[in-house]
Amino acid sequence: MKIHKHDVIIVGAGGAGLMAALYASKGGADVAVVSKLYPTRSHTGAAQGGIGAALGNLDEDKPIYHTYDTIKGGDYLTDQHAAKILAENAVEAVVELEHMGLPFDRTSEKRISQRRFGGHTRNFGEELVHRACHAADRTGHMILQTLYQQCIKNDVNFFDEFQVVDMIVVDGEVAGVVAIEMGTGEFHVFHGKATLFATGGWGRCWSVTSNAHSLTGDGAAVALRRGVPMQDMEFYQFHPTGIYKMGILITEGVRGEGGVLINSQGERFMEKYAPSVKDLASRDVVSRAIYLETRAGRSIKGRGYMHLDIRPQTVNRFFAEEGKDKSEFITDADVERKLPDILDFCRTYLGVDPVKEPMPVQPTAHYAMGGIPTNTDAEVVIDAKGTVMPGLYAAGETACVSVHGANRLGTNSLVDLIVFGRRGGMKMAEYVKGADWKTLPADPTESIRAEFDRISNGTGNSSAGELRAKMQQTMMDNVGVFREEESMQVAIDDLKELRHRFYTDISIDDKGKIFNTDLLEAWELGCMLDLADITARSAIERKESRGAHSREDFKDRDDENWMVHTLVNHDGNLQNPTYSMNLDKKVDLSLWEEEKAQNLPEDKQKFRPKARVY
Amino acid sequence: MDVTFKIKRQNPEVSGKDKPYWQEFTLTDVDPTDRILEMLHRIKWEQDGTLSLRRSCAHGVCGSDAMRINGVNALACKILVQDVGEKVMIEPILGLPVVKDLIVDMEPFFDHYKQVMPFFVNDNPAPADGRERLQTQEDRELFDDSTKCILCACCTTSCPSFWANGHYVGPAAIVQAHRFIFDTRDQAGKERLNILSEPNGVWRCRTIFNCTPACPREIEVTKAIGEVKLAIRKGTTKGVIQPHEIA
Repeated sequence: MKIHKHDVIIVGAGGAGLMAALYASKGGADVAVVSKLYPTRSHTGAAQGGIGAALGNLDEDKPIYHTYDTIKGGDYLTDQHAAKILAENAVEAVVELEHMGLPFDRTSEKRISQRRFGGHTRNFGEELVHRACHAADRTGHMILQTLYQQCIKNDVNFFDEFQVVDMIVVDGEVAGVVAIEMGTGEFHVFHGKATLFATGGWGRCWSVTSNAHSLTGDGAAVALRRGVPMQDMEFYQFHPTGIYKMGILITEGVRGEGGVLINSQGERFMEKYAPSVKDLASRDVVSRAIYLETRAGRSIKGRGYMHLDIRPQTVNRFFAEEGKDKSEFITDADVERKLPDILDFCRTYLGVDPVKEPMPVQPTAHYAMGGIPTNTDAEVVIDAKGTVMPGLYAAGETACVSVHGANRLGTNSLVDLIVFGRRGGMKMAEYVKGADWKTLPADPTESIRAEFDRISNGTGNSSAGELRAKMQQTMMDNVGVFREEESMQVAIDDLKELRHRFYTDISIDDKGKIFNTDLLEAWELGCMLDLADITARSAIERKESRGAHSREDFKDRDDENWMVHTLVNHDGNLQNPTYSMNLDKKVDLSLWEEEKAQNLPEDKQKFRPKARVY
Repeated sequence: MDVTFKIKRQNPEVSGKDKPYWQEFTLTDVDPTDRILEMLHRIKWEQDGTLSLRRSCAHGVCGSDAMRINGVNALACKILVQDVGEKVMIEPILGLPVVKDLIVDMEPFFDHYKQVMPFFVNDNPAPADGRERLQTQEDRELFDDSTKCILCACCTTSCPSFWANGHYVGPAAIVQAHRFIFDTRDQAGKERLNILSEPNGVWRCRTIFNCTPACPREIEVTKAIGEVKLAIRKGTTKGVIQPHEIA
């Protein structure tokens, strides 16, 4: 067992992890980044359309508008103070990315180019605004590359292909993590004063997802098993436009550039569901519309998908109907230049050329709004009062600040990881200066080693592949865009059975040590079973519909009873966990409180929770 | 349809170090539009869990699953069964030591990458107004193609010059250098050109062109290398890429 000692241990090397690494290291801390993938393989690289920041390069914009959109988009479950920080910090953080060399596209004034995106508006919902700063349709790729490059420049220590499997807690404080070196199968201990989880989401709990195979929620599950609650797990976003059957993401930027969703009748159906912003309503609204159209028998060929049409003749026809100037009309060349990767995906996987034909799309499991609860400095908080767990931080998708509330706006994932990765990095640099080293237990690897031995030595009849496929199917069928008590109970029962088989009947083929991905995938399944279970249990508990959580049996939002975050704890028993749910954490409504304190009349209160209309 | 996969395997713990062997697997109910990566997953999940490979995003943007498919470097997630037919031969990429099955040691590749100063350098103070540095879209497009690189190693490990001499920095590192050399905001172009004019720099490229078709991102790799060569010969990046060449 090898022990590595660094002030700051960062788990995960996507945008949030690298941003935190960079800022902790600039703040003077000795930083180690531990990741199961080479950093440039992280899923931040798959983000396409843009990163929102109120730069106002193309039209008037202000952080307060971005704050408003984020809160409204989150269906008022967003913590308002956190959303304000997100929107304000976004401006300087994006400018800093440019200073680090990020190759944004440019306006005719040589400034960062911006495009429209779902739910992003000017002047509190007045009209769509150009806010998403972009580098073609590979903005996330450029963020990931730029941050990795800067980390190399700043001599950050990387432990690539080390998979973190446990967290070390000493007297209620976090003292580091345990990881497996994938190339050798050896356990390593990373001893740190501050540990930050930036391990991304768990889209692989569902069968149709935009998420990478690696997105199995390891960090969240590890923290959960060591006493950290999960917040707002019932809110899981389905992106409306995944490639039919495959789930590969087709950026909202397609609609930002004028693309429209069309049903089997040839109708632009979003005109019915969101008369004002139509196809650029927030994602939960569009995903629900696709399901409702499908139920009404208007999906393409009756197969549950819609057409996404970016052909210039279609786009320009609607532009003309909307009275747009001819100078805004698009050409084939514009589509090729602005959406090269989207065209490549469709041509490669579907044999469809989006310049000539519409793309077949369906909702795809995309993003966890919930996760490890943190404050706005990325410090992990473990109860409704906001008590900080010393030494533990989280940022990016795995964290829940909560800036996304019940539904995240497009581009805000990148904003979140840049803003809170940066704040977390700065905070850790400051924290480690005053913190002492915790004494490690004699063998911190003992209990996790036992779990790996159990999986390795299992002689049962169940394979991880089979159990995983069943979990993904029940989550897709029963805890998807629409849910109700009965279906969610089916999921909970299915998961119970799958868990039983995972803990009593598993066997794997690979008994070796070198790159034993058979073993690691089986362990990851255990993580996903925990997170899927909590998702279903949180969802069944929340008896209302809000944002991405849409119940057939409780169709309305219930502000009277449900302006609270759910917090779920796990008792640490892997095979037969007991969960406890806490509903005492109230949503932060501080911007609305300020308006009330100023005696603004109700109709002038921008941040008062109200019915969401797009 | 049925598809037979012939996979070159190697496991130092079982077959011994540097002792590769071939193994065949047959899959039934294969759809012509299935990805090769999904087929390898089916083999791993349904037939033999010891089959080892790297993969993550499954749609060609993370660069994990570079391998030789019917003798040609590609990402397994970007090749469909219909692209290669009913008999598929899979091998690890060449020129890097095999660790296990389709997993190679990527460290030499990333070491070459780090040699070319693959990061933005501009020590001038940022604009006093607190805003972004300015750049025209025309200047931005000079290096657009090389920003697409995902470091998958398909180009470098298809290059006979790299196979012959592992000290050659290889096409991927040159593409990464190109991305900064032709960025009008960057100030370390000269240093990078000096690094690449060393014996293991661009002059090991013999314009064999394997790299260009190997790139899953359709980067014109050989052209980018040529532009770096020209910039070294001219002693400047100015005028190397003609504006009319920009798409």
